[in-house]
Amino acid sequence: MNAALVLGVLASAIASGTSLLYATLGEIVGERAGIVNLGLEGIMLIGAASGFAATAMTGNPFLGVTAAALAGAAANLIFAYLVVGRQANQLATGLTLMFFGLGLSALIGRPFVGTLIAGLPKLRILGLGSMGDPLTAYDGLVYLVVPTAILIWWLLFRTTWGLGLRAVGESPVAAVAAGLRPGRLQYQALAIAGLLGGIAGAHLSLALTLTWEEGMTAGRGFIAIALVIFAKWNPLWAIAGALLFGAAESLQLQLQAAGADVSPFIMNMIPYLLTLLVLIVWGWSRQAAAPAALGRNFVGVE
Amino acid sequence: MSQNDEPPFLEARGIVKRFGNLLANDVSYFAVGAGEVVALLGENGAGKSTLAKILYGFYSADAGEIRLSGHRASIKSPADARALGIGMVFQSFSLVPALSVFENVALFQNDLPAVVPRAAILKRLRSHAHRLRLTVDPFVPVGRLAIGDQQKVEILKQLMAGARVLILDEPTKVLAPQESQGLFSTIDELRREGLSIVLITHKLREALSCADRIVVMRQGRVAGVLSRDEPSEQKLLALMFAETVPTSAPHQPSKVDEGLCLLALRAVSTSGDSGEIPLRNLSMNIHAGEIVGIAGVSGNGQRELSDLILGLKHPQTGEKLLWNENASGWSTATIRQKGVADIPDDPTAHACIPGLTVRENLALGTGRRYYAGWRMDWQKLDADMRQSFARLKFAPPALDVRAAALSGGNLQRVILARELAHEPKLIVALYPTRGLDARSAATLRKLLREASDRGAGVLLVSEDLDELFELSDRLLVLHDGMIAGEFAPDNFRAEAVGALMVGAGDHADAA
Amino acid sequence: MLRDDALVWRLLSTRAAAFAYVAFLALSAFALLLVIAGKDPWQAYVDTLVYVFGNAYGFSELLVRMTPLLFTALAVALPARIGLINVGGEGQLYMGAWLATAGELALQEHSAFVLLPALTVLGFVGGGLWALLPAILRALRLVNETISTLLLNYVAPLIVSYFIFGPWRSPESSSYPQSPAFVDAARLPTLFYSRVHVGLIFALLCLALYAVIVSRTRFGLEMRAIGGNPPAAQRLGIPVSRYILTVMFIAGGAAGLAGMAEVAAIQGRLVSELSPGYGFIGFLVSWLAGTSATGIVAMSFLFAVLSSVGDMLQITQGLPYAVINILLAGILFIVLGRRPVASVAR
Repeated sequence: MNAALVLGVLASAIASGTSLLYATLGEIVGERAGIVNLGLEGIMLIGAASGFAATAMTGNPFLGVTAAALAGAAANLIFAYLVVGRQANQLATGLTLMFFGLGLSALIGRPFVGTLIAGLPKLRILGLGSMGDPLTAYDGLVYLVVPTAILIWWLLFRTTWGLGLRAVGESPVAAVAAGLRPGRLQYQALAIAGLLGGIAGAHLSLALTLTWEEGMTAGRGFIAIALVIFAKWNPLWAIAGALLFGAAESLQLQLQAAGADVSPFIMNMIPYLLTLLVLIVWGWSRQAAAPAALGRNFVGVE
Repeated sequence: MSQNDEPPFLEARGIVKRFGNLLANDVSYFAVGAGEVVALLGENGAGKSTLAKILYGFYSADAGEIRLSGHRASIKSPADARALGIGMVFQSFSLVPALSVFENVALFQNDLPAVVPRAAILKRLRSHAHRLRLTVDPFVPVGRLAIGDQQKVEILKQLMAGARVLILDEPTKVLAPQESQGLFSTIDELRREGLSIVLITHKLREALSCADRIVVMRQGRVAGVLSRDEPSEQKLLALMFAETVPTSAPHQPSKVDEGLCLLALRAVSTSGDSGEIPLRNLSMNIHAGEIVGIAGVSGNGQRELSDLILGLKHPQTGEKLLWNENASGWSTATIRQKGVADIPDDPTAHACIPGLTVRENLALGTGRRYYAGWRMDWQKLDADMRQSFARLKFAPPALDVRAAALSGGNLQRVILARELAHEPKLIVALYPTRGLDARSAATLRKLLREASDRGAGVLLVSEDLDELFELSDRLLVLHDGMIAGEFAPDNFRAEAVGALMVGAGDHADAA
Repeated sequence: MLRDDALVWRLLSTRAAAFAYVAFLALSAFALLLVIAGKDPWQAYVDTLVYVFGNAYGFSELLVRMTPLLFTALAVALPARIGLINVGGEGQLYMGAWLATAGELALQEHSAFVLLPALTVLGFVGGGLWALLPAILRALRLVNETISTLLLNYVAPLIVSYFIFGPWRSPESSSYPQSPAFVDAARLPTLFYSRVHVGLIFALLCLALYAVIVSRTRFGLEMRAIGGNPPAAQRLGIPVSRYILTVMFIAGGAAGLAGMAEVAAIQGRLVSELSPGYGFIGFLVSWLAGTSATGIVAMSFLFAVLSSVGDMLQITQGLPYAVINILLAGILFIVLGRRPVASVAR
């Protein structure tokens, strides 16, 4: 274990963890309002494809990110209409959204497969290291992700809106008694979740790979859902979790490069197994950390 | 109470409310003044809750007006009521368990700015909490507090939202005796500060000890108003019940076979992890032909006891013997198969599967009796059940309808037919007459008596002391998971039993 | 019984009519989308119909695509009867395939009489065990099965990939890793010179068995009791934990059979991309079908038709196959948007 290895893992963990963190933050907002979105994968794909298409057409990656965010929000609002407006089953609707995202992103992205784009420019943290130093040259979204997490934390735990949102996710009845309108708050939460999910997807296509490929999120949406649980629905813990889960992915690449033979598959299992372990421990110690009204029967063994 | 020329703070005149054909309220006048505690006293169904909910904007009255400090008020929703300074604490609190005390209180404030003003709210919270003698960390999740403290948080919440009238709906129902004392001191404190308090209760003692005025309601109307200096249980009882209270049926002597011990619990303790009070070192017996009554304030371990006997819980220490065999580890299926019947409260929730048909519900819980390989022997079941209905003199219902479609009384009859079909040797009845109309309740009591006459043992848990006095061959008082005392029929006296129920008095056997 | 049949027919015909309406709406919306994308939807629909219904091979392909869905939908429907939500069909499918492959590699020398039953059992057990872990966690009241089955979905394909890239890597094709081809004796027999294999018959039998068990046996009665009111069922003496474990095991086994069929009949070997979402589609099939056996057959057929439309779009219109998911989602969105359709406990 030498410094270069650790730095290398950290660098790529930060890079790959950023997308994961955005998606996780969005899902935290939605789940805090009581809605579980299994279709997060679909939202991320729509974001990735839209962002890539917009960038390819306009040459402006910032427009691409904006397009991705808006597309993600729009798609999530369809989801919101169904689960909040029509009280549809959250699991079935979420899975449907995932398929919708798979298909729509394939349609949007098809004309742009193989196109080269100028991705998000990498910026240097002032005064630290040189351009080539992996730890200091990231695109804007990476620098913004931790402030975004803090912002989401502040929004949820220090503002009146956030307080109302959490009340809705815990006990809609009490929220109504306090004069709140759960439906409106849930729509707002899901719109934000959609924005963040779209940005998460955009980071993949506009910063990490600079390509578009069908299904390129490769399950990251579900890792994010696991990460929400692992982070106990807290945006600040999610930062650590995203780094950890991102590291699992990159650790094996670095270890292979260093000559150690660790199967990438075993490494990729770690986030899921770790989350399952955490859940077992919570179940054992009888901690109910999830918002009480989440998914109405999604979480809880009663 | 001094009469002054100012109008009382809250007045309601001519309130009429109907639900369909039922006249729920017809109140010509109700008022409460500043610094006054008014008890709204009456039996279940007298209309007290309805009146309160109208005052709080939950219901809108069909006729009548409400005035605050002499000015007419239009109250169309709880939000309107709160804006006018009327607060109500329901039996089921509207607190969010996972949020902290601070957050629950903040949530309820009107007109909060975008960013929650933590320091300001905390300061007010601490000073109000001090007045209410509530010492809790404001950042502790409310769900972790004792019920009495949760209730104080609920009151705190209303006060901080500017309530000047506080309506408390049966507040002592969920409290342990010591906590009730705390509540009464709180009420006293609030009264001294000039708040108006409306205390809804059906307990005479509470009304007498707490209130400046007692408004007695009966069948939707105000039957009478007594003020503090005219106390008397008899006067109140006379107002609450139009006719003289019928004496309950005299206690019949029964044939108890002391030799045959059906159920014996020896120093049993349970773990109490389901939220119920755990049993602690509890010992008791039930003999053949005996009805053992269990008296107690609900929430002192009754459910735990019934779950234990039925095998839904196992004793952590001690033993449970059924027919002198160690049954501590037996499954519920085995216990039922051996002849233990279960008559729980709220049959829809606890004893039947609403989505299945009546026939299917009759089949479940009969153990292996009607198994025919992989299938069920429906014909035999039909025949046996028809016999059971006939024996109990119940009209047999249509067997193919869903259980959910039956009325409460009909469903209870189906459950009884099922449970009593095979001459159970031990019957566990948990609040069996709760929610039943008078006639069904009387029938059920008769059935329990007849079953015990035929040699069955009965465990009867009930909140109705009259019922327990009528039926029990022995009466045990359950308090805080332990047997606080035992009474024989010639010693059945409400004060003595009641004292043990609330934890006062000595624990001597009154044999 | 006669009364039940009449009721069933009435239910089916009204539901079929409602469904036809939904399908029409969705197809029209999708057609509009394709037109915007510059394609000819009418051509695609006509081509599909011709291929699928005018052509024996095309029709047989429908049956091939239907088969895994029958299994994975059953894997969701059965636990749903006792109120459990199994979203782990994907993972259970992979583990069934994995264990079946292990068996094939170990028993290669034997005849089909030994191999085929053995692989079937192994496929069942593989999926069953993968579902058993979440079942145990649920029975012990530690973890809700929805989350645990979901998480394990992603672990199973990784296990499969590990073996394909490692111990079971076929020496032949180094371009992309897979296991060696199954011997002929391990291949499921096919019917009518098509790719339709006996798995289809097996699946239909399983569904029939499921329908009979739930509606006519005492096990079905007790299951429906648990699904209807779990605490009351427990009070009545029904061994709820035992049912949780058994039912989840069987459900996982059903999905495992789908996996076994994929490797033994379709692919002929263990590959890393075994399932294009059969597990999730199975969830949606079961949900749409209201957990009824006939509904599952009908919905699986529908999804198979959609799959063929997707192929047509790819071949004749140059669109990626994935686009068909939009039509799929459209139908579901419309159904989801109407007031609740299917009830679980029946």
